[in-house]
Amino acid sequence: MKCYVGIDLGSTTTKALILDEQARPRGRGITNSRSNYDVACEVARNEAFLDARFNLFEAAISERAAGIPGAEALPRALRGDFAWEQHIHLQGELEATCRVEAERGPNREAVAAALGEVFEQMTADASKLFGPDARPRSDFFRDVAGAAYMRLAQAAARRHDLPFERLLGIFDKSILVVENHVPEQMLAERIERALERSAERLELSTEALATLRELVEEVVGEPLVEDVSVGTGYGRARLPFPRERIRSEILCHGLGAHALFPGTRTVLDIGGQDTKAIQIDEHGVVTGFQMNDRCAAGCGRYLGYIADEMNVGLHELGPLAQQATKPVRINSTCTVFAGAELRDRLSMGQRREDILGGLHRAIMLRAMSLLSRSGGIHDEFTFTGGVAKNAAAVEALEGLVDENYGQRTLNISPDSIYTGALGAALFALRSATEQAPVGANGGTR
Amino acid sequence: MKSTVIKEPSMVQQKEMIADHFQQLAEAAEHGRKVVYTFVPGNLTELMLGFDTLPVHPEINALQSGMRKLSGSYIAAAERVGHSEDVCTYVKCDIGMLLDGNVGPTGKKLPDPDLLLLSYTGCFTFMKWFELLRERYDCPVAMLHVPYQADGEATEEMIAYVARQLETEVIPKLEQVTGVAYDRDRVREHMLRSRVAEDDLVAVLEAAKHRPSPIDAYFGGVYYIGPMFTAFRGTEAAQAYYRQLRSEVDARVAAGQGPITPEGLLDEERFRIVVEGPPNWTHFREFWKMFYDEGAVVVASTYTKVGGVYDRGFRHDPDRPLESLAEYCLGCYTNLNLPSRVDMMADYVRDYAADGFLINSIKSCNSFSAGQLVMLRHIEDATGIPGGFIETDLVDPRYFSSSNVKNRLESYFQMLAQRSSGQEVESA
Repeated sequence: MKCYVGIDLGSTTTKALILDEQARPRGRGITNSRSNYDVACEVARNEAFLDARFNLFEAAISERAAGIPGAEALPRALRGDFAWEQHIHLQGELEATCRVEAERGPNREAVAAALGEVFEQMTADASKLFGPDARPRSDFFRDVAGAAYMRLAQAAARRHDLPFERLLGIFDKSILVVENHVPEQMLAERIERALERSAERLELSTEALATLRELVEEVVGEPLVEDVSVGTGYGRARLPFPRERIRSEILCHGLGAHALFPGTRTVLDIGGQDTKAIQIDEHGVVTGFQMNDRCAAGCGRYLGYIADEMNVGLHELGPLAQQATKPVRINSTCTVFAGAELRDRLSMGQRREDILGGLHRAIMLRAMSLLSRSGGIHDEFTFTGGVAKNAAAVEALEGLVDENYGQRTLNISPDSIYTGALGAALFALRSATEQAPVGANGGTR
Repeated sequence: MKSTVIKEPSMVQQKEMIADHFQQLAEAAEHGRKVVYTFVPGNLTELMLGFDTLPVHPEINALQSGMRKLSGSYIAAAERVGHSEDVCTYVKCDIGMLLDGNVGPTGKKLPDPDLLLLSYTGCFTFMKWFELLRERYDCPVAMLHVPYQADGEATEEMIAYVARQLETEVIPKLEQVTGVAYDRDRVREHMLRSRVAEDDLVAVLEAAKHRPSPIDAYFGGVYYIGPMFTAFRGTEAAQAYYRQLRSEVDARVAAGQGPITPEGLLDEERFRIVVEGPPNWTHFREFWKMFYDEGAVVVASTYTKVGGVYDRGFRHDPDRPLESLAEYCLGCYTNLNLPSRVDMMADYVRDYAADGFLINSIKSCNSFSAGQLVMLRHIEDATGIPGGFIETDLVDPRYFSSSNVKNRLESYFQMLAQRSSGQEVESA
């Protein structure tokens, strides 16, 4: 299968999306953007190809193995078990790196013992993260491993009479090392181990397993040929792509939004540090845009900062804000001042739900100003970027759109975070069809 | 320096003129020359030459400090003595330079003013600026009130009003300070030379209508307007400079060459752009390179009209010297109302066959940045071409965010490219 890859290197996350020759999305991958952009790009790309293979497998099962008992549940189980395998591998790397780091400071023995306990428990707990009854969790190893490590290291530090900061420092240094190289793929080996684990849990018969294994091997062996890749996003200049394979995120978000919702005329994208208001025509061609300038208050990072200040998870902010009964008016648009205002309000006894409600409205007021600068909101209106996943933000936006512009169709795709990558992949496909043959950036996967 | 640096004779000529001017300033006291501080918009150079005075332009010093990477510390010095972060950065840069010994761009100390000639009031900050300088230097001020072209035209009454002030306020002050009597014929002689040079400047600017444009009318343009907008209009040196410049530009047109840039000759003109607003001076070369890298050539700009809108027909008229100076002051770009500015931009987009237009909005300039978003919308409506909008500053390096500006420009140019290729897209 020929693949057209779009990579969106954002300030917070890096996204990759694969299209086939018919412009159908086949795989998506996401990772946290780290200090090494090349690695982030490669990891997201690998994840997208992996996702493409899982999708192929799912299709193969429903077409050719639907009758086999347990086959229907296999793709989902296999994804989880594969992720588990990947996690265990990375955790092993993290442990080894932590142990090397531990050799560099005082109390080596106590630190080694504490690390041993921490990682042993992390391995034991991994089943809760990836097993059949797994709780929702972050997609990123850094977050998952970090949360577990912090929790366990506190207790281990107390037991071994160590300062917690020592263990924290070891993690901080080691995670950088682990994150700054592309982990080995080892696709065939890892999928085999995952398959065994899944088969056991789903109690697949020997015959069924043999048939399904053949399908798995076929999909693993399927050549996925990366024909053309196009990069976009904040860090696009750092992508290892030639200049003509790099597109501005404005164009990519415009085209991506058009592909998701062809009726789109206005796009609002709120990412980690950018807010973009884009106007497009009926072909997805950008006709005008505005971006936030000199200040990133009101972007995704702002919400991250507020979540930290309130000591709640980023994904908890929206639901909390939705419980507001009397949203507080937040005046400060500066991220740091907003933190001060927040503490002030809390100390005045205001409910944190009401404060969060006000904060979400404040963010959207900034977005509204940018939208009006760009030429207003035309029907249909598509909201993309990480913040579009936040229900309270969407609610606040809907209210403001209605107040200012009247009834508008508001589109939000569950895959909105991939809008930029989708646009980039469409540009990749377009450049391949326009000027074939094109020098490919990648190879066969 | 790169081997591709191209120096044409006019560039050397201009450099010598400036060096000579600053040398004269350094020796002004020695030779008993009187020094007048004044501003570029509405500068009365022919009149000042008629009294044998030497002009100093504080905003030119500020932009020079910006280009020489000194403005950051000058601004900090001005903030230390109490000037707010929001004050015009030209003012703060000038005050800081003054506090630092008032050393000019050629390394020589600038003389104190004998007269502060406020010949243009459309920028309210100019008045405040000279108030600060008056306090420091305790010297006379001649103030010329120039009415704003609120209705889009300079009426007979307005011209008479300004000319009368020249007669009753400015000339007597100049006479008083210099001890020289007003000599109408001398001023007329300078104006005659101005006219010739103005014709040549217009020819140079309008050469950008050629494809490829032989000049960059913004980044390159600021050099071309240099002599005309400062101490040299009406001098033989300026006349010779513009004659030379015009012949160089004519030669580039004949050879089908693009503009000369600090990165070398721009070979492939990909985008023809019209720009509103001054350039950023602290990152001038980097800013220019962002255009160069994309093959973007500025074919017309409004900034090159702040010291006179010659391409719309104005010429100094020796037959009515004071009225002509009045018309000049009234007609500067900075004195035009928003609809006139929109018309000018829209005309430029059409007349220069531009692919797009950009507004560089200045963070610390409230006088001219206000209304630019409305202008953008109106120019878009008038031309059917989408505009780009970026924000930087004149000389405060803190307000130039390279990656943001670059991102904005790249996105804008790519949008223009996408627009011109007119591709249709299939939905995924």
